[in-house]
Amino acid sequence: MHTVLLKVTALFYLVGALAYLHFIFTLNERSAKFGRMLLLIGAILHAAGFVSRYFVAGYTPITSLFESLSFSAFAIVCVFLAFELRYHLRVLGAFVAPLAFAFSVSAAFLPGEVRALAPALNSYWLPVHVMLLFFGNAVFAVAFGAGIMYLLMERELKTKKMGVIFKRLPSLNVLDDINYRCLTIGFPLLTLGIITGSIWAEYAWGSYWSWDPKEVWSLITWLLYAALLHGRMTAGWRGRKAAVLAIVGFCSILFTFLGVNLLLPGLHTYTNLSG
Amino acid sequence: MSEIVIVGLNHRTAPVEVRERLAFPADTVGHALRGLRERDGISEGVILSTCNRVEVCVLSEAGYKGVEQVKDFLAGFHGVPIGELSDHLYHYLGEEAVRHLFRVSSSLDSMVLGEPQILGQVKDAYGYALEFKAIGPVLDKFFTKAFSVAKRVRTETRVANSAVSVSYAAVELAKKILGDLPDKVVMLIGAGEMCELAARHLLSAGAKGILVTNRTFERAVLLAEEFEGTAVRFEELATHLKRADIILSSTGAPHFVLKREDVEAVLRIRRNRPMFFIDMAVPRDIDPDANEIDNVYVYDIDDLNNVIETNLEERQREASLAEEIVLAEVAGFLRWLDSQQVTPTIVSLRRKFDEVRQAEVAKALSALGTADPKTRKVVESLASSILNKVLHSPISSLKREADGRNPMEMVTAVREIFDLPEEGPEAAPEAAERPPEQGGNVGRQ
Repeated sequence: MHTVLLKVTALFYLVGALAYLHFIFTLNERSAKFGRMLLLIGAILHAAGFVSRYFVAGYTPITSLFESLSFSAFAIVCVFLAFELRYHLRVLGAFVAPLAFAFSVSAAFLPGEVRALAPALNSYWLPVHVMLLFFGNAVFAVAFGAGIMYLLMERELKTKKMGVIFKRLPSLNVLDDINYRCLTIGFPLLTLGIITGSIWAEYAWGSYWSWDPKEVWSLITWLLYAALLHGRMTAGWRGRKAAVLAIVGFCSILFTFLGVNLLLPGLHTYTNLSG
Repeated sequence: MSEIVIVGLNHRTAPVEVRERLAFPADTVGHALRGLRERDGISEGVILSTCNRVEVCVLSEAGYKGVEQVKDFLAGFHGVPIGELSDHLYHYLGEEAVRHLFRVSSSLDSMVLGEPQILGQVKDAYGYALEFKAIGPVLDKFFTKAFSVAKRVRTETRVANSAVSVSYAAVELAKKILGDLPDKVVMLIGAGEMCELAARHLLSAGAKGILVTNRTFERAVLLAEEFEGTAVRFEELATHLKRADIILSSTGAPHFVLKREDVEAVLRIRRNRPMFFIDMAVPRDIDPDANEIDNVYVYDIDDLNNVIETNLEERQREASLAEEIVLAEVAGFLRWLDSQQVTPTIVSLRRKFDEVRQAEVAKALSALGTADPKTRKVVESLASSILNKVLHSPISSLKREADGRNPMEMVTAVREIFDLPEEGPEAAPEAAERPPEQGGNVGRQ
């Protein structure tokens, strides 16, 4: 039941993403409202599926690749809805909702049955560590979307060829503002996620830091965002540079999250394709 | 049968010398409307007079006679020989007239496509006609419909969505680059009509303040007073530049006033807070290479003109969409208009009472419970004869040629009293949604 529920949400995210894409092409307000409603319903079903899976499995279900991808999609949708509530940036949906769909649909193709928990994962640190990181990633996903929007918009303004983008996207200033907001929310989440992971590693593996590929890549990601945050605060980095770094940073997140699991086996390999 | 007639001229058919002679200043409209109504066969009238057009819309008993009447009225009222006018005047009857007014109020017939003032002007014209009681049920419905068509065009197409003047384009770009304007400072370098206009638009769009500089400091002071801004000495431009987010420049300098290095230096001080330079000077004041710096946007007068050009092209494209809306609405309005004629009103009146008669006869017969043909016949003929007698006088007064009275008023009254359906019984309501067949020739003007 919960597996089906988790997989069905992909459908809601798909139609929601399509509605937002329709909105950005036609600027039909109703499409944006429809998209938001679908994402909201999808997220509620998703939460229900997640909670019921928690009770069935007896642990926080963010351990297999299926569960991780699915939870990522959920986190992205939640963060996007929060941003939309705050900034009324409906066009952002056209850039972020497809991402949520991509995550949930790739989860839907993976085996979704509940498995016995690996003993090392049986800890209160599991939900804390993983949720901090996944919500941090979701915030950075929004920054990624805003970064792409910024580059598109900036190109039109620099080349002075106002096309379809110009009318539809918000001002550069707003997009840059989102970049900063995401950074100030996402960076603490990422940092705390890494710290809790490190503490947990001390309990579980007997060492705070063991240069496992996932740890290395998390550190690279962290350094990227730290550089961006530092540059913004002290050197007045903004605009194009910040947008590019937000995009690079998110690529690094994706690699840390997926690439490392699939390509570079290590201590964190609980979440490979087979489970 | 009454028909809607529009006679008029506009910026395309008449030069300003002719338009100004035919214009109706606000204080003459009442008098003019009275004169118009006194003419033979004209029962309702509205006069629209703007600097680009004069249009007289009337409900006339006989179409072409109405056209002549209005032309004669225009010539007579303004004391212009009719021969001088006829080359400039156009006229529309019936369906053409409906389409014309819908296009005019949706700003599809304007000199600047999609400009917003015309709708207000049409509303004013309607207001005068109401005030001087020159309007009746048909033109009332006609103009109200024109307003709703204009609103539909405005919300469903982007025909009025983008800036088509240099100064508005500057405001639009500033908002897209800098976001909200209330915390942004404008700087005016030199003096030029276009720059001043753009500055005014930026300030009324909410910009926080303005710095003015000029080679002659006194001029800067004067201009700063006018804008309630601060005057800055030209020699100190470099030190004050850092405060400005939007820079409007039009000096007569033969070389760049701001070189790329100057802009780079200022941007460093501003910690990369974006700057938007609008260079209206020829030769240019601001090194166009500065546009390559991150967070700096330099637009010269050609760039702005190109933006406007693109926007106008977009309006043209959107206009064909708007024309389709207009055509569909014309069809809908014509159906309503047809149903307001005498004959269809009589038909629906009869139909309505006939339905009542049939229902009541059936009820009576079933209550009597007898199949005796004689009783049945008596009941039926009783009902029909009551119906015919009751309907006789309303129908004959509908049919009677109204002497001097607006026949439409009678139709409207009858329809209202007997609560007859709005549209003709033949017209299925969903027909209004069907795309118009003449869609091919839209946007031809």
